Amino acid sequence: MAIEANGKTFETDEEGYLTNLGEWEPAVAEVMAKEDDLELTSEHWEIINFLREYYEEYQIAPAVRVLTKAVGKKLGKEKGNSKYLYALFPYGPGKQACRFAGLPKPTGCI
Amino acid sequence: MSEQIKKFMYINRRAPYGTIYAWESLEVVLIGAAFDQDVSLAFLDDGVFQLVKGQDTAEVDMKNFSPTYQALGDYDVTKLFVEKESLEERGLTLDDLMPLTYEDEDDDWAEKDSIKVVSRAELADIMEEQDVMFSF
Repeated sequence: MAIEANGKTFETDEEGYLTNLGEWEPAVAEVMAKEDDLELTSEHWEIINFLREYYEEYQIAPAVRVLTKAVGKKLGKEKGNSKYLYALFPYGPGKQACRFAGLPKPTGCI
Repeated sequence: MSEQIKKFMYINRRAPYGTIYAWESLEVVLIGAAFDQDVSLAFLDDGVFQLVKGQDTAEVDMKNFSPTYQALGDYDVTKLFVEKESLEERGLTLDDLMPLTYEDEDDDWAEKDSIKVVSRAELADIMEEQDVMFSF
């Protein structure tokens, strides 16, 4: 599988996650969001960027409950809850946001 | 939860790279952490090398996953037992290991050390208390 963004082709796995996370650029997230009928706002980007930083630091995509806790700590309690995160990413803040961010499927998401 | 919480221990005996055991163990721990069990990790024999700081895998062409141990606290995995004799036999001390910490929810989020160095005899006693042990 593959997606087209910014005039380039990006290879994805069977679940739509980027095969090579080093290739990621913001246009990839825009295209993936469009396919899911989502318009990315600055609130979405805040979480996507947070996930990329988390991956950079720990080398894993966090499970959704770990993400929720970490967001609460970093961005404030009003954002560190499932209601807020699911409103932004209806297919699951772990799975969907990690995909947009070019990360693998979260470790420990069941 | 209606089911009783069990004590799970993951035993790590091998060097971090060269085989996939160390990384697989860490992944199983992170996935298993979702089940709200009483989890601890033991590092002995060459397994103590998994926690050594300053790992650099540039020349072995494997992903350096040592930063992932820092995430264990976020996953509520806070008990890492390191066998004292295994460290000594390899010329290592606690200072050679990554400082791993967690925030204690029950103690106003105080930062605490996750790594505890225990003797072979103490570790044997801890193993005796476990319900389930996974060996990697």
